[in-house]
Amino acid sequence: MLKGRSLIEPMDLSVEELKEILDLADKIVDNPLEYVDACKGKILATLFYEPSTRTRLSFEAAMLRLGGAIMGFSSANSSSAAKGESVADTIRTIACYADIAAIRHPKEGAAKVAAMSTDMPVINAGDGGHQHPTQTLTDLLTIRSLKGSLDNFTIGLCGDLKFGRTVHSLIKALSRYSNIKFVLISPDELKVPEYIREDILIKNGLEFEEVERLENVISQLDVLYMTRVQRERFFNEADYIRLKDSYILDMEKLEMAKKDLIILHPLPRVNEISIEVDKDPRASYFKQAKYGMFVRMALIIKLLGVEK
Amino acid sequence: MNIDSVQKGLVIDHIKAGKSMEIYKYLSLDKMDCSVAIIQNAKSRKLGKKDIIKVENNITMDLTVLGFIDPNITINVIDNGVIIKKINCGLPSEIINVVKCKNPRCITSIEQEIQHIFKLTDKENKIYRCIYCDTCYDNN
Repeated sequence: MLKGRSLIEPMDLSVEELKEILDLADKIVDNPLEYVDACKGKILATLFYEPSTRTRLSFEAAMLRLGGAIMGFSSANSSSAAKGESVADTIRTIACYADIAAIRHPKEGAAKVAAMSTDMPVINAGDGGHQHPTQTLTDLLTIRSLKGSLDNFTIGLCGDLKFGRTVHSLIKALSRYSNIKFVLISPDELKVPEYIREDILIKNGLEFEEVERLENVISQLDVLYMTRVQRERFFNEADYIRLKDSYILDMEKLEMAKKDLIILHPLPRVNEISIEVDKDPRASYFKQAKYGMFVRMALIIKLLGVEK
Repeated sequence: MNIDSVQKGLVIDHIKAGKSMEIYKYLSLDKMDCSVAIIQNAKSRKLGKKDIIKVENNITMDLTVLGFIDPNITINVIDNGVIIKKINCGLPSEIINVVKCKNPRCITSIEQEIQHIFKLTDKENKIYRCIYCDTCYDNN
């Protein structure tokens, strides 16, 4: 039963519950008009303490397409956080007005604190470099829709694997499916955190390798997940400048890849995927953005318990 | 050395030598209105040397932290001068406000009123992780 629950990290959902959400998302993709009034009379609060275009607008579009209403703020400066209000107090207040909340915060664990402070369903829309479960739902729906299954493939995750919260959430979620090989492509400084390597990959006996160069492994991949080297995750500017261009996907590298590869990216991209790649049929990142809205529609319906 | 035996209270035994003051601090025994005896470097067949803490009072306190500090500690509950219960600590599954998360990116680093909670995620290697940010606290 998903009604009334919060989603803080992908492991909050069982494989069966994930399937439930993805199946509903499929139905919404096939017949969106059937859901235009599903959330009529309900309010989604979007509490964004740091900038976001895609995730916030995707949540808001999802609620609006379900016939619900939205309210919230899009930066910490325009909320009471600027006056020093705690996350717990903010969410307790918002719970008096809204039915469900999506929260993004620069600090890791902020969404968990919010969920622990209220009975209202809280969705983690990104907590620092930690977790981003709705991006994971988006990624899973995209892979399942384009590849037909969430089992039996080799996925390459490339770029900033240390601070890239989408990568951490995706590895956790995929760890529960069968016969998936992970190829982790990053500079030494930006490898996956030890809790992902030890507690998820090693503990579950998953097949994985850590490599430095994309061109050496691109030919074996079925899914390539590119990530941005994020300026805001670095403590120092010099490190950011030194590493940001390390992993760029261009047509030259793509020529070595399988014909049925799918290229994903949580967006926004800076320059890690050349513009020329956009025209290649394997580029799937804009489709992925659209799937993101559909899967958030499904999630909101499930957590509010308003499915017909 | 003679220390009066406890009539009613606790004897915390098999403390690794040198750890008793840490436990005294964690249990806030300095703030309690009762007699406390700390015996350091007592002879032990099992450990060679050990510390012992005796607390004389009808007290209730959260003792789970002791297993976090040293899972070999045993607690004897005394009433009328006899042991009525023996507790082997073991590793607690969760510890609250015992250690602080050191990750500067964790929400606990900016919001003071949040409880610092760590969960045991790897019993074999005694690894605890912050429930908010997953940062590991290595208790070895």
